[in-house]
Amino acid sequence: MRSFIGFVRKEAFHILRDKQTFWIMLLMPLVQVLLFGFAVRTDVYDIRLAIVDPAPGPASRALVEQFNASPRFRLMGVYASTAPLEVGFREGTFRQAIVLPSDLDRALVGRAPVPVELVTDAADPNTGSIMQAYASAILQRWHGEQVQRAGGVRLDVAARMRFNPTLASVNLFVPGLIALVLTMVSAMMTSISITREKETGTMEMLLVSPLHPWAIVVGKVVPYVVLGFANVLLVLGAAREVFGMPLRGSITLLLAESLLYILTALALGIVISTRADTQRTAMIAAMAGLLLPTLLLSGFIFPIDSMPAPLRVISNIVPARWFLIIVRGIMVKGAGITTLWQETVILAVQTLVLLVVGARRLAIRLE
Amino acid sequence: MSALAIDARGLTRRFGDFTAVDAITFHVAQGEVFGFLGANGAGKTTAMRMLIGLLEPSSGSATVAGYDVVRDAEAVRRNIGYMSQKFSLYDDLTVQENITLYGGIYGLTNAQIAERTRKLLGRIGLEHARKELVRRIPLGWKQQLAFSVALLHQPRIIFLDEPTGGVDPITRRRFWEMIYETAATGTTVLVTTHYLDEAEYCDRLSIMVDGAIAAMGTPGEVKGAFGAASLDEVFLRLTRPGAA
Repeated sequence: MRSFIGFVRKEAFHILRDKQTFWIMLLMPLVQVLLFGFAVRTDVYDIRLAIVDPAPGPASRALVEQFNASPRFRLMGVYASTAPLEVGFREGTFRQAIVLPSDLDRALVGRAPVPVELVTDAADPNTGSIMQAYASAILQRWHGEQVQRAGGVRLDVAARMRFNPTLASVNLFVPGLIALVLTMVSAMMTSISITREKETGTMEMLLVSPLHPWAIVVGKVVPYVVLGFANVLLVLGAAREVFGMPLRGSITLLLAESLLYILTALALGIVISTRADTQRTAMIAAMAGLLLPTLLLSGFIFPIDSMPAPLRVISNIVPARWFLIIVRGIMVKGAGITTLWQETVILAVQTLVLLVVGARRLAIRLE
Repeated sequence: MSALAIDARGLTRRFGDFTAVDAITFHVAQGEVFGFLGANGAGKTTAMRMLIGLLEPSSGSATVAGYDVVRDAEAVRRNIGYMSQKFSLYDDLTVQENITLYGGIYGLTNAQIAERTRKLLGRIGLEHARKELVRRIPLGWKQQLAFSVALLHQPRIIFLDEPTGGVDPITRRRFWEMIYETAATGTTVLVTTHYLDEAEYCDRLSIMVDGAIAAMGTPGEVKGAFGAASLDEVFLRLTRPGAA
């Protein structure tokens, strides 16, 4: 035990003496939260809107008013014809346009559908579909009111966005960011630090010593568990203080699940380090093999539902995918272990498999 | 328990089709300085790695300090020290921290570590650098330090894999003095080298060629068997038949 503690202390020295890396590891997550929070927003504001209204009347005036009242839209003008649209869209003056029919008032009381055209700049498809959804919602509401006023029956669709009523994107990216940071700190740094010992030859010294291989591995990862945990707390703190992100579920459960995921990431790091002989290989393997899937296949940035089938299948083996469901569940929905046990079990099984694979490969010190 | 420090019988290691070490049989007595000579790639390091439990023999067997290297690997590890050809201390730890770390790994008490640190640094004249990061001290000293650290737990056998690679002649000389001092305390030394002048310092030596032992004995015996004036000549005849 004494030898083990000495070993952990040495590993902590490695981390603390490499000041640059240490501060990057500690502060990078914070910078990422701020970057994602301020720069990479999926909320869309200030949508420059043009309305084409060939025959102004009470109904169209009501519509203009509604758009004016929405904080998301900036009405650039109401035009009598579609003539300005072409140039306006090309130059970026307008990002969205609503073209009303010339017989709007009559059409509203008739039986035929009201032909309203909604044009959206979809150069950036994500933003495009978000803008479209916002505008459609306002149009629906307006239509309902108009039909009612004309004596028709109003279909009242009360759309409510549960758990995230303001559709704030901070709720989306913080869980993903936690997964990303943990993958980086735990998996990448562990694999690098183990391969470094292989490269410098100190690993041989350790393997020749009476230290059990398990003690070597555990001793090497313990400091990274601590660092990873500190990162989780930092990210959560920043998300809460700066962006007012809610934490509806149990913090104990969240931290416990984070610990589980740290173990998953460490196991991944160990597996990588048993294959890689140099720090460079380990780093590239961690980047390509872990960071990208965590970023792209976990549902962090791209929804899994809209992926092609083969990628959807692959995403099942990305541990971050399950961790993300868990963290979103706990933070945003206030879910407990009773709803999240399946994901937890999947994650635990993945961790176990990785640990066994890593340990078996490492235990073969007799090559 | 066997009186032999090392007893290898038909020790063989194959990597695929390539036989790196081909059925070598030799033994080393307690307190001997035994040299493993050979060109690069002759199988010296592979043989040594099998003896210290870093590599499993394909066939054959060996005991080190009386323990079987495969079955009793744990016991072997407690009784040996090892210094690899790569420099094997931690660059970003101080001299004292390196010593404390290895002492701790081998289960020494704090008092033991403190006392041995003092002796060890006194012996190689490094007291002033106790709190210096290892990366800041000169290579020659680093190597002496690495050797001393490998001896910290007073192993019965110490394995040195090309310990004098890349150091100047004076440091090499000093290093061999340390090897003798060590052997004088009863510690067995197994050292690989390709410096033939160093081989003359060994009590006994073996010359490996293509994975097999081509010659073995005291330096005098080996020279006598080949009717050669120097080990250089023996070595050339073995590695380049027809040339000498």
